[in-house]
Amino acid sequence: MAGLSIDNVTKSFGASKALDSVSIDVADGEFLAVLGPSGCGKTTLLRMIAGFETVTGGRISIGGREVSSPAMNVPPERRRVGIVFQNYALWPHMTVAENIAYALKVAGVSRAERDKRVGDALALVDMQPYGDRRPANLSGGQRQRVALARCLVAEPRLVLFDEPLANLDVHLRASMEDEFASFHKRTGTTILYITHDQAEAMALADRIAVIDHGRLMQLATPHELYHAPANEMVASFISQGMVLPADVLTAEKRGACKVRVLGQELVVRCRKGEKPRRDARICCRASQIEAAKGKAEGFGGTVTRAVYRGGAARVEFEPDGAPQVGLHFDQPDPVAFEAGQRARLRITSGWLIPAGEGA
Amino acid sequence: MSAMQKERQGQELALTMGIVAIIVVFSLLPMARLLQEVVLPGGRFSLDVIRTGLVSRSTWVATWNTLCVGVGGTLFALVLGVAVAILVSLTDVRQRQAFVLCFVTPLMIAPQVTALAWLQLFGPSSPLLNMLGMAPPLGTRNPLYSPEGIVFLLGIQYAPLVFLIVRAGLRKLPRELVEAAQSSGAGWARVLVTIILPLMTPSIVGAAALTFVSCVGNFGIPAFLGIPANYLVLPTLIYQRLAGGGPAVLSAVAFLSVLIGVIAMIGIVAQDRIAKRRDFRITSASLPAAPYQLGRWQVPVELGMWALIVFILVLPLVGLILTSLVRGYGVTLTAGTATIENYRFVVFEHAAASRAFLNSLYLSAAAAVFAVFAAIPIAYVIAWGRNRWIKALNLAVELPYALPGVVLAIASLLLFLKPMPITGIQIYNTVWIILYAYLARFLVLAVRPTVTGYFQLDRALEEAAQVAGAGLFTRMRTIIFPLIAPAAIAGGLLIFMTALCELTVSALLWSSGSETIGVVIFSFEQGGDSKYAAAVSVIMVATTFLLMLLASLFAKKLPDGVLPWRD
Repeated sequence: MAGLSIDNVTKSFGASKALDSVSIDVADGEFLAVLGPSGCGKTTLLRMIAGFETVTGGRISIGGREVSSPAMNVPPERRRVGIVFQNYALWPHMTVAENIAYALKVAGVSRAERDKRVGDALALVDMQPYGDRRPANLSGGQRQRVALARCLVAEPRLVLFDEPLANLDVHLRASMEDEFASFHKRTGTTILYITHDQAEAMALADRIAVIDHGRLMQLATPHELYHAPANEMVASFISQGMVLPADVLTAEKRGACKVRVLGQELVVRCRKGEKPRRDARICCRASQIEAAKGKAEGFGGTVTRAVYRGGAARVEFEPDGAPQVGLHFDQPDPVAFEAGQRARLRITSGWLIPAGEGA
Repeated sequence: MSAMQKERQGQELALTMGIVAIIVVFSLLPMARLLQEVVLPGGRFSLDVIRTGLVSRSTWVATWNTLCVGVGGTLFALVLGVAVAILVSLTDVRQRQAFVLCFVTPLMIAPQVTALAWLQLFGPSSPLLNMLGMAPPLGTRNPLYSPEGIVFLLGIQYAPLVFLIVRAGLRKLPRELVEAAQSSGAGWARVLVTIILPLMTPSIVGAAALTFVSCVGNFGIPAFLGIPANYLVLPTLIYQRLAGGGPAVLSAVAFLSVLIGVIAMIGIVAQDRIAKRRDFRITSASLPAAPYQLGRWQVPVELGMWALIVFILVLPLVGLILTSLVRGYGVTLTAGTATIENYRFVVFEHAAASRAFLNSLYLSAAAAVFAVFAAIPIAYVIAWGRNRWIKALNLAVELPYALPGVVLAIASLLLFLKPMPITGIQIYNTVWIILYAYLARFLVLAVRPTVTGYFQLDRALEEAAQVAGAGLFTRMRTIIFPLIAPAAIAGGLLIFMTALCELTVSALLWSSGSETIGVVIFSFEQGGDSKYAAAVSVIMVATTFLLMLLASLFAKKLPDGVLPWRD
C-alpha cells in the first residue's frame, strides 16, 4: 500500500478546464472520498490517477514515485492501481475465476500460485462457489464483489472506486457499503472513492474532498464538513444546508461570536480570529430552526408549504425581511403549521462561514 | 364507432395480406419450386437427380474448388478486414474518413469489374506494365488466371465487408473493459489478444459467415479468372452447363444450385454455433476507449495504409482506364496512341451495349423504386409489429439475398420456363424475368436500412397520430412515410448501384434484347475485346462514384450506418 499525492493538478480539454489546481494528499491506508455533483470533474481526476488521461499541469505521485506530469505519463499497466468501475467492467467471455486471475496471468505468476490467490480473493469477497460462473449469470451485487476481488488480487498500491454503488438498488447499496467499510478495515488498502452520494461518502470515508466546477472546495473529515463548511458551496451542498446573510457583531471568543440574522441576534460557532464585519454568511441546518415561543427573540414570516412526513412535517418558510431566502425545518407532531399561515421562528445555532473563500 | 373499428381492422388485414403476398411471390415460391425440381421432378418423388449429380466427377471437382476459394477468400478477407478495422478504430491514425471511403469502395464496384481491372493490371497486354517496360512477353499466361488469383481478388472484394462489421463491433466496445485490463498490468498487444479480439468474436465470426456465403456465390471473379484456366466452381459450372445444354439440363443445374445453397447454409449454421458457444454479450454502453498512441510509428503506419489503397483501388482503376484507351491488343499506349474510340463504340455503335445501358438503367430503377415502397410496410411490421411470425418474416425476406444469386436465378428459370398459369403470359427470355429476380434478390437491401430507421424513430410519433384518430393507411402516408423515407430511399440507392452492374443473376437469365451491362462486359471479355469491356466498366465505375457522391449529399438526414462508405 502507498499514499497518493495530487499536487496542483490541472486538466484542460481545449479551452475549458475540467480540473483547476487541485491538490490532495491521501495518507497510506486512508479511505478518501471525492464528492461532487455530476460533471464536477471527479471522474476526470480518477482517470488521471489511473493513467488514462494525461495532466495538463501539476504532478501526481503514488507511493512517493511520480507517475503523471505534463512531461511524463506512466502508462496505466505499470501503475499497479486497481479500479472498481461503476458498470463493473467484467469481461463477459471469461469466467469469474478467469476474470480474477487475469492480472496474475499477465504478470506471469505460476499456475499453482495463481489458483491459490484467486481462491483467497474469492474467499475475501465471500464468493467461493462462483468461480466457474459467467459474469452474465451473477446479480449486480455479486458482480460488484467479483470486480472488487479482481482488483485486489494483484495487490495494488492504491484502489480507485468509480461510483461503485450507482447501479445498485437501495437495499443492496446499504449492505455493499458495510462490506466496503469492513473490507477497508481488514486490508488497510489506500482507497480513493468517487461518488456523488454524500450519505455514502459520509458513511465510508476518513476524509472527503468536495469538488465543484473542477476546483477543490474543501478537504476535511465528514464531521468537519457538516459542522464547519469552508464556503457557501459546501455549506449548501452538504445536507441541504441553508446559507443566510448575517452581520458579525462581536469578535471571536472561544470559538463563537455574536451575529444578527434576519433581525435576530444569536451566538454562532466560528473560526479563530473572526472580527466584526457586515455582509457575512452563516450556515444553519434544519435542526437549528424552531418555532419561537412567547416573547423570545425571533423573526416573523409566512409558511409557504408544510408536508407531513410521518411523525414530523417538513415546513418551508419565507421570512418577512428576506423573502428570497427560503428556510426549511422539521416540526415534530403535533404539527400546527399550514401553508399561508403567519409564524415566528428562531435560529438556535449555526456556523459563520469564513470570509474570502466564496464559491 | 364499430364502423370505424371495422375499417381499421380492414386496413391492418390489407397490410398483412400485401406483405404476405410479396413474401410468397418473391421468396417462398421460387425456393419451393427449386426444391420441387430436385426431389419431385415432373411431379413424382425421385432421387434420380440427386444421384446423377452425386456420381458426376465434375460436381465434386467444382464443389471442392468452391470450398477452396470460399475458405481461402474468406480467410484473406478476414485478415485484411480485421487488421484495417483495428488500425482505424483503435489507433490514432489520421484522415480516417477519407481512408474508410477509399477502403470500402471496392465493395461498391461489381466483382466482374474488379476482376477485369486486375486482369488489365498484370498480364502481357497490361498498358501500365508496358508503359513501364515491365510487361511479361506476349503469350505469357496472366498470373491471375489461377485459384490463387481468385482467392486474392475475392479477399480484396470482401475485406471491406469484414471491415464494416468488425468496425461496428469495435465501436460498441466499452472503454472500461479495456481499461480494466490495462490497470491489471496488460500492455496494448496483450489487451488486443486477450480482451478485444475475443470480445469481437461474434462480429468476426458473423463477418466470416457472410464473406464465405458471398465468396461461394460469387460468379464474376471465378468467371473472369477461372474459366480461362479451366478452374470451375459451382456457379461457373452451372453457367457452362446451362450455356451448353439449355433448358434440358435444368434439373441437373437445379441440383447444383441447391448444393451451393447447402454449402452457404453450412457456413451460416457454423457461425451460429461458434457465436453461441461463449458469452460475448457486452451489456454496458459507454464511451469508446482512448485510441492507442502510435507515436513514432504513426507516419509509417499511415503510409502503409495509403499504400494499401493505392494497391487495391488506384492501381486497378488506372489499369482499367488505360486499357479503355488502347487502340488494340499489343499496341503500346502512349499519349499519341491513346484513343476514346472504344467509348464511342460501346455507347453509340454496338447495338447490344447501348441496349444494355438502357436495360440496366430501367431494371435497377424499377427494382429500387419497388423495393422502397415495399420496404416501408414490411420494415414497419418487422420493427414495430408484435406478432410471433415476425422472425419468420424477416428470415423469408433475407433468404433470397443470403443464398447465392445463382440459386435464385435457377429458381426463377424453373418458375417461368413455361407460360404462367391462367394468364398464359410468357416472361422467359424477356427482360421481365430479370426484373422479377432483381426484385426478389434485392428487396432486403432496402428493408434493412428501413428497419434501422424505424428503430431510431420514436414510436410515440405514430401513436400520437393514432390518438388523433388517423387510421393505419393515413398514418403510413402522413406520418410514417415522410419520417422513414430517407432511410428507405438510401436503401433504394444501394439497390440501384448493386443492380446496375449485376452479373450473377442476369448471366443466367439474359436473352438477346434483354442484355444487362454486366452481361455485356462479360461477353466483351470472353470474346477477347478487353478494351471495350474496360470502356463499359470505366463508365460504370464513374456512375457508381457519382451515385455515392449524390447519396453523401443528403447523408445528414439518414440514420447512422445506412451508407456503408460513411464512417
